[in-house]
Amino acid sequence: MSAPLLEIRDVSTFYGAVEALKGVSLTVAPGEIVTLIGANGAGKSTLLMTICGDPRARAGRVIFDGQDITEQPTHRIVRGGIAQSPEGRRVFPRMSVHENLLMGAQSSGINPAPGLEQVFTLFPRLKEREAQRAGTLSGGEQQMLAIARALMAQPRLLLLDEPSLGLAPLVSRQIFQAIRRLNAETGLTVLLVEQNANQALRLAHRGYVLVTGRITLSGTGRELLARPEVRDAYLGGH
Amino acid sequence: MRPAGTRHLPFGAALRDAGLAALIAAGLFLPMVGLRTDVDPNGALYLRTRWTDVLLLMAIVFAGRFLMRLWQEWKAGRQGPSLGKRFAGPLSRSGRLAAPALLLFAVLLPAIPGIGRYELDLGILVLTYVMLGWGLNIVVGLAGLLDLGYVAFYAVGAYSYALLAQNFGLSFWVCLPLAGILAAFWGVLLGFPVLRLRGDYLAIVTLGFGEIIRLVLLNWVSLTGGPNGIAGIPRPTFFGLSFSLGGGPGTFAGFFGLEPSPTHRVVFLYYLILALALLTNWVTLRLRRQPLGRAWEAMREDEIACRSLGINITVTKLTAFALGAMFGGFAGAFFATRQAFISPESFTFIESAIILAIVVLGGLGSQLGVAIAALVLIGGFEVFRDLQEWRMLVFGGAMVLIMIWKPRGLVGSRTPSVALGERRTISAAMVAEGRG
Ligand SMILES: Nc1ncnc2c1ncn2[C@@H]1O[C@H](COP(=O)(O)OP(=O)(O)OP(=O)(O)O)[C@@H](O)[C@H]1O
Ligand SMILES: [Mg+2]
Repeated sequence: MSAPLLEIRDVSTFYGAVEALKGVSLTVAPGEIVTLIGANGAGKSTLLMTICGDPRARAGRVIFDGQDITEQPTHRIVRGGIAQSPEGRRVFPRMSVHENLLMGAQSSGINPAPGLEQVFTLFPRLKEREAQRAGTLSGGEQQMLAIARALMAQPRLLLLDEPSLGLAPLVSRQIFQAIRRLNAETGLTVLLVEQNANQALRLAHRGYVLVTGRITLSGTGRELLARPEVRDAYLGGH
Repeated sequence: MRPAGTRHLPFGAALRDAGLAALIAAGLFLPMVGLRTDVDPNGALYLRTRWTDVLLLMAIVFAGRFLMRLWQEWKAGRQGPSLGKRFAGPLSRSGRLAAPALLLFAVLLPAIPGIGRYELDLGILVLTYVMLGWGLNIVVGLAGLLDLGYVAFYAVGAYSYALLAQNFGLSFWVCLPLAGILAAFWGVLLGFPVLRLRGDYLAIVTLGFGEIIRLVLLNWVSLTGGPNGIAGIPRPTFFGLSFSLGGGPGTFAGFFGLEPSPTHRVVFLYYLILALALLTNWVTLRLRRQPLGRAWEAMREDEIACRSLGINITVTKLTAFALGAMFGGFAGAFFATRQAFISPESFTFIESAIILAIVVLGGLGSQLGVAIAALVLIGGFEVFRDLQEWRMLVFGGAMVLIMIWKPRGLVGSRTPSVALGERRTISAAMVAEGRG
């Protein structure tokens, strides 16, 4: 197996005295789609945020591309090639779609033109709505924008927090297809957090199950789909 | 009111609504107006009641609310449901003409016949507040940081100029940038401790900061003269030519062979503040189109999203504070040179409140809106000077009316900083080039 692009080693994160992550370890290899599933409050979002250094891990190491980034300031981490589409989309509502996209490219200081072209081929819908205020987009369009905005930084690792949240099945399938396409065509590495375990495990090469701050299971997507405890807890009798 | 015969108006609902408003008014005015302590001829305190005044005020509130409701319903029924949209449309369209028209008016004002010293002084006052409003707009309107102590930077600028000019004999043109830099420095100093604060907490700390600066100025008597202030601050010169009335060769009038007149200086000050205000506007408009300005706006919209995109929040906040403070400092230096006398009394909280009111009424973030709001508020203050103690009532009433009429401020819609029409044609041209 090649050297991992992202390695998380025994990471613990606290909110005050509450330990939200209790020694989590996982790896993501270059070109992989890895999904993280778990119940509400398991600590999935916390893990993605910890990778970006906000909140910071109190114990353990986060290693990206061979470099220890645990203590780096958030903007340095993002500049280093990790982009996140945060939970709940968080587009800038009063700014236009175009301006939102520019914000994505801003911190890395790269020329936005190639990124714009890339995200508009991926999501032609955004091209049509380029001048529209992001706050007036539909939920699905906002999700597309949130992913596109993260892609504008031309990251090597994309962190997606619940991209299918609140979307109709058809739209969420479109989003998953876009992720698959990105991964296949550009070799982008993706760490995907999902409630929709069925779709996520079908899409991902590998997956981890997080239960109250601890990884309890891991394996290929197909393996996890076949595990009875996964079926019972996350697939709702599929 | 138009007779309501043509359309059914919900009188019942309006009556109920107006009754409720009158009750609220009663709750407020019963203790505030109804009861009053007075001193009787023997020097003893006694409680005087003024129930008729309370009833009168309640009646006014009732009638006002009732008419307002009917008017709203009538408008909505006549023009379709969306009241806000109807107002936003024409104003933003006429906005394209309003800005150049206002600018032209401002530039030509001293040349308009019948404009005398009084009008020019008023113009200078309005423009000072326009500049302060535009400066604060960077902090509050663009970056979304609620700052209740903006007057502190105005004070820092004014005192910087006064002290530098008096103690070191530096000219206005040397002191002006120094005053701006010093104010920006204090802006950064304020920025550091409040980096993690947002909303109301930030407002409280900035409010305290403004008071601290004022109290320091008031109590550091050896440097600032304390409550006596600083008098005899040097007046500005026109490229080294003074505006004194002697008419000698070193004066403005003498050099240009004009009849010495006090109006020369007023006109000069007028154009000076106009230029400073336009500089503020120009810098703001330029920055809005650049990464820094975009980051300010994005931070106002969603700070967490900004973090996740790798925007350096510390730098973004501090630059907003520093830049806003710098323009406040410029305005302060201008104020000092214009008045020739400053004291802590000019820099009380009410100034911060007025500047903030201008920004909010102007529609947070809109440059044109801020200019109009400054004109309406400061000009209005002046026009209603004869009303004396009723002035504040008229002022408050006007604010309420504006907020009813345009809840998002006078110019409430935000125009994108990137014009897509242009960009599209450019990119189309580039594509054509690449293929050809
Ligand atoms: N800012 C915070 N302050 C305090 N506690 C927090 C904070 N954010 C999250 N938590 C707590 O940490 C735990 C993990 O939360 P997290 O948001 O990571 O869960 P999650 O797995 O993403 O859940 P969901 O699927 O509902 O999004 C929860 O118990 C939550 O209450
Ligand atoms: Mg979550």
